[in-house]
Amino acid sequence: MSSSLLIIVAVTLFALYLGIRARRGHDMSLEQWTVGGRSFGTAFVFLLMAGEIYTTFTFLGGSGFAYGKGAPVYYILAYATLAYVLSYWLLPPVWRYAKTHRLVSQPHFFARKYDSETLGVLVALVGVAALIPYLVLQLKGLGIIVATTSYGAISSSAAIWIGAAVVTVYVMASGVRGSAWNSVVKDLLILGIVLFLGIYLPIHHYGSLGNMFHAIDAARPGFLTFPDKGASSSVVWFQSTVLLTALGFFMWPHTFGSVFTAKDERIFRRNAMVLPIYQLILLFVFFCGFAATLKVPGLTGGNIDLSLFRLTLQTFDPWFVGVVGAAGVLTALVPGSMILTTASTLLANDVYRGLLQRDASDARVAKIARFMVPVVALVAVLFTLHGGETIVALLLMGYNFVTQLFPAVVCSLAARNRATRQGAFCGIAVGVLMVAVTTIMHLSVGQLLPFLPDTLKDVNIGFVALTLNVIVFAIVSALTQPHAQAGQSHAQPR
Amino acid sequence: MSFRLLAVLPFIGILLGVPFVNRVEPLVLGMPLVLAWIVMWVVLTAVIMAVVYRLDPANRETVDGRPAEERS
Repeated sequence: MSSSLLIIVAVTLFALYLGIRARRGHDMSLEQWTVGGRSFGTAFVFLLMAGEIYTTFTFLGGSGFAYGKGAPVYYILAYATLAYVLSYWLLPPVWRYAKTHRLVSQPHFFARKYDSETLGVLVALVGVAALIPYLVLQLKGLGIIVATTSYGAISSSAAIWIGAAVVTVYVMASGVRGSAWNSVVKDLLILGIVLFLGIYLPIHHYGSLGNMFHAIDAARPGFLTFPDKGASSSVVWFQSTVLLTALGFFMWPHTFGSVFTAKDERIFRRNAMVLPIYQLILLFVFFCGFAATLKVPGLTGGNIDLSLFRLTLQTFDPWFVGVVGAAGVLTALVPGSMILTTASTLLANDVYRGLLQRDASDARVAKIARFMVPVVALVAVLFTLHGGETIVALLLMGYNFVTQLFPAVVCSLAARNRATRQGAFCGIAVGVLMVAVTTIMHLSVGQLLPFLPDTLKDVNIGFVALTLNVIVFAIVSALTQPHAQAGQSHAQPR
Repeated sequence: MSFRLLAVLPFIGILLGVPFVNRVEPLVLGMPLVLAWIVMWVVLTAVIMAVVYRLDPANRETVDGRPAEERS
């Protein structure tokens, strides 16, 4: 066994051990399993919410994006920053409501706020449709990382099966606690490695950071700035995408759910000032990708995601490649485990209890949620190995799907919520449908609204769906306003 | 309350500022100008949110050590 493989295996086993051990001292009731008994302090909540940033998408995709597309990658740094600003005001009221009503999932929040189990089911289905492709993305990344850093000793599909099995076991045992414990190890490892690589690679290969950017600018003029025109690269694309993704950031069911794990609301306000700095680590991921542009040229299509690892293989000894690979494995396992916990909870708590068995007890829901874990994992593995084109389309839709939930969440937090359950339901349904249609038919704003000036044609297509959602939401809510007195009975206690 | 307006600044700086600094030269700390601009705003955002945290009465401790009642 090579030294790199040895390190990857050791770290994976440690993650498994830690994930299982995390349950010690807690009876794994529904509330413990899904939201850690609402007992997490600043550090755990911080790491769970930061977990969204350091997934395989950012590790492989962030460097690959910089390598293949250049300037557009900057958007990743921008949207999370703005999302944290919003979180200062958005999350405390969500947390307070969730605590009062002992909520365990995002659809649960909708079902209580709008007093409609049907709305809860819709939100759960949207959530699962967005989460499964996201899990597939993590597994795909895992396969790539292990196959590359083990120098081919373990095939990509073997790695995917093993990774999925490890996550399934510790999620069934410990739920969100397993994710929290492992995110500590993951973040420490990633932090060290990314800082090191991001500083070392430019200096080693180019002399300094400035020299590297000068060299790239000379070799590929325009690569480091946003072009005037072009869907998914121009300045207008940057602005619209950053805004749209900032709104969607906390609408991911697993991120929304991690809010419930906090033990007090001030944690969110404190995190809002630390998280922007923390995600600057991404900058060093970009540096790795930029360093690769001139050193391992020629990767195209989906292979651009390999740029960081190709350069690592070319630069370092096997044992260090193993350390980088192990960190990469954790970036897949930890977010994967959060997604798995959430998707299973959605299916058990919101689809099963909301649709089929309204009087099911918490104990029964907890049991079903655990039973759903291997099922969801298996579906994700099969999609990863045989998914093909469908999964790519679903992935593109995921972020725009969850963003459709934003208007209904914001309205529900107002002191007097004038929005109705019918309005929320229709708005979300129309928005999601619009996202699906535009993604599947590859429509752009320019094709939909040809009368717009050229620059506006690069606006992210997700805005069309969100606008339509808001319009339908407002109109249907206006039409279904309860009459003055009758309205009091269905108004939600706060 | 006025301290909340501070939170609008990152949106202005990042969303509206980028078209004006969409250049490579001069490099700042070795980074292309437009990237450096975004990085600067990330750091400024943290500072702004720290100021907001200080000014927000919701974060003042009451006598028994519990957070003061949220005023919104």
